[in-house]
Amino acid sequence: MNVSDLDDADLARRLRQGCLFLETGPFISRIQTSIESVQAGIALLYAGFPVHDNAPFADFHVALTRPAGLRRWFRPQVNFLFDGWTPFKPLPLEQAFAMFEWGMNWCVVNHAHKYLVLHAAVVEKGGRALIMPAPPGAGKSTLCAALVASGWRLLSDELAIISPDSGQLLPLPRPVGLKNASIDVIRTRYPDIAIGQEALDTAKGTVAHMKPPGDSVASQQLMAMPGWVLFPRYREGSALALEPFSRAATLSRLVGNAFNFTVLGRPAFECLSRLVDDSGCYSLEYSSLDEALERLDKLEVSAS
Amino acid sequence: MNGGCDSILRALADPGLLLSMDLSDWDLFIRQARRANLLSRFAVMLRDQGRLQSVPARVRVHLESECALADQQKRVVEWEIGCIRQALDAIDVPLVLLKGAAYVAAALPAAHGRRFSDVDILVPRARLAEVEQALFLHGWFSEKQDAYDQKYYRKWMHEIPPLRHNQRRTVIDVHHAIVPRTMRLHPDPDKLMTSTRAVDEDERLRVLSPADMVLHSAAHLFLDGEYSNALRDLVDMDQLVRYFACQEEFWDVLLERSIELELDGPLYYTIHYLRKLLGTPVPGQLVERLDGRPAGGLPRRWLMPLFDRAVIAHHPSCSDHLAGIARWMLYVRGHYLRMPLYLLVPHLLRKSLRAPSGEA
Repeated sequence: MNVSDLDDADLARRLRQGCLFLETGPFISRIQTSIESVQAGIALLYAGFPVHDNAPFADFHVALTRPAGLRRWFRPQVNFLFDGWTPFKPLPLEQAFAMFEWGMNWCVVNHAHKYLVLHAAVVEKGGRALIMPAPPGAGKSTLCAALVASGWRLLSDELAIISPDSGQLLPLPRPVGLKNASIDVIRTRYPDIAIGQEALDTAKGTVAHMKPPGDSVASQQLMAMPGWVLFPRYREGSALALEPFSRAATLSRLVGNAFNFTVLGRPAFECLSRLVDDSGCYSLEYSSLDEALERLDKLEVSAS
Repeated sequence: MNGGCDSILRALADPGLLLSMDLSDWDLFIRQARRANLLSRFAVMLRDQGRLQSVPARVRVHLESECALADQQKRVVEWEIGCIRQALDAIDVPLVLLKGAAYVAAALPAAHGRRFSDVDILVPRARLAEVEQALFLHGWFSEKQDAYDQKYYRKWMHEIPPLRHNQRRTVIDVHHAIVPRTMRLHPDPDKLMTSTRAVDEDERLRVLSPADMVLHSAAHLFLDGEYSNALRDLVDMDQLVRYFACQEEFWDVLLERSIELELDGPLYYTIHYLRKLLGTPVPGQLVERLDGRPAGGLPRRWLMPLFDRAVIAHHPSCSDHLAGIARWMLYVRGHYLRMPLYLLVPHLLRKSLRAPSGEA
């Protein structure tokens, strides 16, 4: 049973009563909220994800609630609760769905140290993963959204989850976060793809989330071997430039992008060394999405 | 009363019980243990016993995650101890580790899977300025720059404001006593200092004597106002006394020392809850002698119903409708014990007025 199999009233009831068990990648989250914008966001953007009736075990127990008191009426706010505890300060109510997404990322980053978790977008084609670590503003999410809209499979737009034992990447194909100008870029290029409500004036500017492709969600249990590590950078007016990037520098940048490198220690270093050895490593500067997509489609599997 | 937390307490007494739990038992257990800051202890215990593979796969992922965090913290603390040692090398001052860092340095069972957020050290009050200067030269800064905060710590507390390392972001709490200077009880820091033990061939790296280690943890638990780690602290003390009990006359020394340091009150409650919640073996004679000591402060029958609700995992499933008010009353008690009213009232007023614009 998927989210789309529940009618709006049933989904809203499950969320209100805190018995929506949502399966995203390797995790099952139990979600509680009476906030309508979050209910609507889940209905639209999580349509293809499996739900469980009364799962006996949930990895994360999360809730989004409105603080009581004056804040009910005056500049209403929203809190993210992890099993009844609030790890963050409240945000304006209009940002509730964005807070849900950030909170779900926080759950993984803080509790999934069985895996090595990098801050990177990951897409896949032909069984090989393209890993794109990048600082905010480099155009990582835009490129990721465009790649999955044109046939690549989405593993994640934020979190590369790597099993240190097998070196494989685990998909977590939750909605793709788009910021500021990239929201319109993607909306204009791909008018058929659903994008959720915009949240204005967040810490990251205007934020909206893109619905992940159904195929990516349906194959969310299918892991992928690393294929390429790419450091993308959008620069207005630049000519397309795909350059090989040194393996040593790639390794060092991946370490810097890992959330839990020091938690895992040696296994993390060995895992990333193997990953870099097995991958083609590149930097990409682009201004035209079309050119970038065309070039990335021709990437060949590294022969090392 | 603590019906909901039974599974944590039973598992502490008999870890084998964990292996017969089904997924829904685990679901609640993980949440309670995580809230009590005890999940990594259970995870490391199961791993050390080679029983992790017998746990359902969905649960094992979380336990392995906790093991990784616990291992990292042990590495970090050992590294930090080395760095602090190096920083204090030049000024030849004894470095006494407290709490978690001490358990790690002395390789005590209480260190297994224990989580902590900072390294606590005790130095002679007369050497405080030198110590702070030496740590400063090695990258540790006080983050609280506010003049009132600085005064609050330096004039009234038993520690200077926390120092954070400018690169590694780790935190040291530098103590010169184990309770605030403004408290009515005065466990003499010199007495603690003179009984410390070296942990290895370097005589300067030290930990408190066994009895003092227990009493420090007891004082911290039952005189403070913050009880969110109370069960974790009680588990620490359970591990400490079980380990030290094999030393000759440990219990007699503990009782005499508690009277000498004016900490027999906290020890009374510690022993009460160790026996009640964790089934810690304690000689009957010690219990009787502690029972016979005057209570001092508030009558025990008033405090017990409050502690009953504080010394458990602070998870909704473990709390009754009075838990919130009980913990609040203990918070107030903690402040009242900390400072006389003529200091406390202006302090709280100042804090409450400043909160909206300040750090709140």
